[in-house]
Amino acid sequence: MSDIADRVKKIVVEHLGVEEDKVVETASFIDDLGADSLDTVELVMAFEEEFGIEIPDDAAETIQTFGDAVKFIQQATA
Amino acid sequence: MFDLTGKNALVTGASGGIGAAVATALHAAGAAVALSGTREAPLQELAARLGSRAHVVTANLGDAAAVEALPKQAAAAMGSVDILVNNAGITRDNLFMRMSDEEWAQVIEVNLTSSFRLARGVLRGMMKARWGRIVSITSIVGQTGNPGQGNYAAAKAGLVGMSKSLAYEVASRGVTVNCVAPGFIETPMTAALNDEQKSRILGQIPAGRMGRPDEIAAAVLYLSSPQAGYVTGATLHVNGGMAMV
Repeated sequence: MSDIADRVKKIVVEHLGVEEDKVVETASFIDDLGADSLDTVELVMAFEEEFGIEIPDDAAETIQTFGDAVKFIQQATA
Repeated sequence: MFDLTGKNALVTGASGGIGAAVATALHAAGAAVALSGTREAPLQELAARLGSRAHVVTANLGDAAAVEALPKQAAAAMGSVDILVNNAGITRDNLFMRMSDEEWAQVIEVNLTSSFRLARGVLRGMMKARWGRIVSITSIVGQTGNPGQGNYAAAKAGLVGMSKSLAYEVASRGVTVNCVAPGFIETPMTAALNDEQKSRILGQIPAGRMGRPDEIAAAVLYLSSPQAGYVTGATLHVNGGMAMV
């Protein structure tokens, strides 16, 4: 697993208080990991800080799963 | 009783009667304060009187870019914004039939929209810190209405609805959002009233007198304190019994 995926997973595990093995590529933050809408805003804020990137609101809306987040950040930091 | 040591507060309209009293009360409880307003001289004067832990950050709240920048300026000066007091307010009174679009828009922009922008600007830091206080100074006329103040009453009532909605969203993150609604307070804004207007108003106040700015500041201090952590979405009326709502 890539370094980015590891860092994203760490943030998700810490923020949502879920087991690490639940955070799989297709895991939906809201449907599978128990996030509410405010959690998703906070996750995006945490990603922005961890990776030093800006995630605009319309892009943030497309980040539904752990895999979406990793893919977006990989592209944004490439 | 209330200890705000280590907390940083941004107070808008800090050159005004109520704003200066609020800044003074928060500062006396140990908070650092960023004093915001349009006129720099009275802000510098107040900052000098308060001494350490007081910063001046001027801003015209009718200017959207200046409002966006204000939370960042305040955080740069103090390290963070843990307490936001939306106090700045203007009046452009006129009978409804004569009220211009401009009179309406100016009052909504400064009294309501700037409060929205400032609250949005400080939320990120408060949510991360899992602690924050947003207190907006509304007015009894937001509840009762007042002839000649359709714009002002709309903006003040708007603050209440805005605060309640935001209170829902951020309650689980340790951030509270409340309003203080003054009745008639001895300030430059009410000094403009003539004697006949004043005596008519006093006749409606069970306490038989106007309120003092420090009596509003005490309410803001309470809502800003750790002790008020379970109070959110509330409006604290401070009006001498003029309207018991």
